[in-house]
Amino acid sequence: MTSTTVTGRRSAGDRGSAPGGLPLTRVSGVGLGVAMLWFSLLVLIPLAAVAVTASEGGWSQFWRTVTQEQTAAAIELTVGTAFLVTLVNIVMGTAIAWVLVRDRFTGKRVLEILIDIPFALPTIVAGLVLLSLYGPKSPLGVNIANTRTAVFLAFLFVTLPFVVRTVQPVLAELDREAEEAAASLGARRFTIFRRIILPGLTPAIAAGAALSFARGVSEYGSLVLLSGNLPMHTEVASVRILSSIENDNPENAAAVAVVLLAISFVVIVAVDVLQRRMVRRG
Amino acid sequence: MSIEITNVNKRFGDFVALDDVSVSIPTGQLTALLGPSGGGKSTLLRIIGGLEQADTGRVVIEGVDATGLPPQKRNVGFVFQHYAAFKHLSVRRNVAFGLEIRKRPKAEIRSRVDELLALVHLEQFAERLPSQLSGGQRQRMALARALAIEPTVLLLDEPFGALDAKVRRELRDWLRRLHDEVHVSTVFVTHDQEEALEVADEIVVINEGRIEQIGSPDDLYDRPANDFVMSFLGPVTQLGDRLVRPHDLQLHSGDPAAGDISGQIARINRIGFEIRVDVATTGEPSQAVVVTLTRNEFRALGLDVGAAVNIRLAPESHTTLAPPAQPTPADTAKSLASSH
Repeated sequence: MTSTTVTGRRSAGDRGSAPGGLPLTRVSGVGLGVAMLWFSLLVLIPLAAVAVTASEGGWSQFWRTVTQEQTAAAIELTVGTAFLVTLVNIVMGTAIAWVLVRDRFTGKRVLEILIDIPFALPTIVAGLVLLSLYGPKSPLGVNIANTRTAVFLAFLFVTLPFVVRTVQPVLAELDREAEEAAASLGARRFTIFRRIILPGLTPAIAAGAALSFARGVSEYGSLVLLSGNLPMHTEVASVRILSSIENDNPENAAAVAVVLLAISFVVIVAVDVLQRRMVRRG
Repeated sequence: MSIEITNVNKRFGDFVALDDVSVSIPTGQLTALLGPSGGGKSTLLRIIGGLEQADTGRVVIEGVDATGLPPQKRNVGFVFQHYAAFKHLSVRRNVAFGLEIRKRPKAEIRSRVDELLALVHLEQFAERLPSQLSGGQRQRMALARALAIEPTVLLLDEPFGALDAKVRRELRDWLRRLHDEVHVSTVFVTHDQEEALEVADEIVVINEGRIEQIGSPDDLYDRPANDFVMSFLGPVTQLGDRLVRPHDLQLHSGDPAAGDISGQIARINRIGFEIRVDVATTGEPSQAVVVTLTRNEFRALGLDVGAAVNIRLAPESHTTLAPPAQPTPADTAKSLASSH
């Protein structure tokens, strides 16, 4: 996913740098205009507005807001948990995709559909499900309400499909004969996986990981019931934003939002760079 | 014998891919497994390479029982129709792969890979990715990669199947020359009889999971064991109840001798240096017999469409019994054409 946007960006850049460039036809000119307007209205202008709100009090005000004890703790928890969850997803998502593509078993079709439930389910419903299963009245006797584990679990729940769904189609398209060739050249299964299969999957895994991380950072609904939103303990950034708004402090909310935005942006760029290197190296 | 295959059976569900196949493949030669698609030849090759397990039977490679060995331990080089390139690795790294797995010293790998790249004429492409090569170049890379491990046998599965006709022909000649240089026992699968006849020392004809005949290209072409081999390896036409090669038939316009069959020229078709004459035999039922001659032979006869001719079989020509008549659409079209 990220790789497509990157190629698009690069070719657009090439075109711009070519002497004279390519003249736009009327249709493509209108198309570009509409696309830019749409993108601006929905994304760029709101983002800019948030940034402007956050910067109203100046840099020192912004810095004071985000380093304020409770806010910093919320950001740290959110980012840290999203990072851990992403690591788990890289392993588990790839494993699940592997099972779905390479193995044949009864109930495979059902599992295929179930994987998407976290996509389709309203997150507050997910939160309710988690609360009823792992809350104070847990039928399993597992009570993780009001703990950081609850945040971790909620993140895991909603981000489960990302790596699976980005890796699955790529894995299905991989050249099985390349693996057979590697086997006949003497490579054992693990070596084949590491040196032949994994490089082919890396871009997809990276794309899934980036999406999973971004989703984790922004999560609200699924954890708000189970985590208890205890300041300095289980309060995440999105909850912190909401409480800032409720306390009539939009600058504070905007500042946290800008931090989250910046983190997401850095992660997406970093993953992209990393994935290019990995693909090259093998 | 480099490869001994004994009583190998293989099924995929209800489909019988190999039906009690036994064959010995000689050392140091180029052997073709020839047959129509779905006949079991690729399955046999994959069983030799360990990529597929036989249901029953034994595979012995250079005296070692390989029946239960995984592909990693067979030391065979395998080349696939669609190259099976390691797309993320440069040509050099592709070729080096087997040596890296064997943990050879870096310097040795480097010099060996250089040698192989020179052998397959890819020296100047060493640092490219496979996607930057043409199909023919990719297949040469795959061949170098397979040869790098100094395999006991080299197995090629329709190696030129994905290439266009011209490149295919070039690579075929090149493979023959390469084999004369390298001398590794080679088995290649093809459905192209011309390819097999041109390149192979020995041909194994496989059809419907069974071996029809094993022999040199000359044996198979001149002395086919049955009508399948006869018609698979070259052009055939039916004369009476025998199948015969059209170029083993002669035409003359004099009085019919004993054994000659009389007829009338229905159609004359020139294909390059060759003249194809369709003769409708007299008598019931009339047969459409194809006779091919060179242009000079035909000119000397001075015949035209409608002329009465006699067909005779050239001395020492081989014929096989024709299969029981099953009129195909082509036959019907031919008899229609000849009746006009």
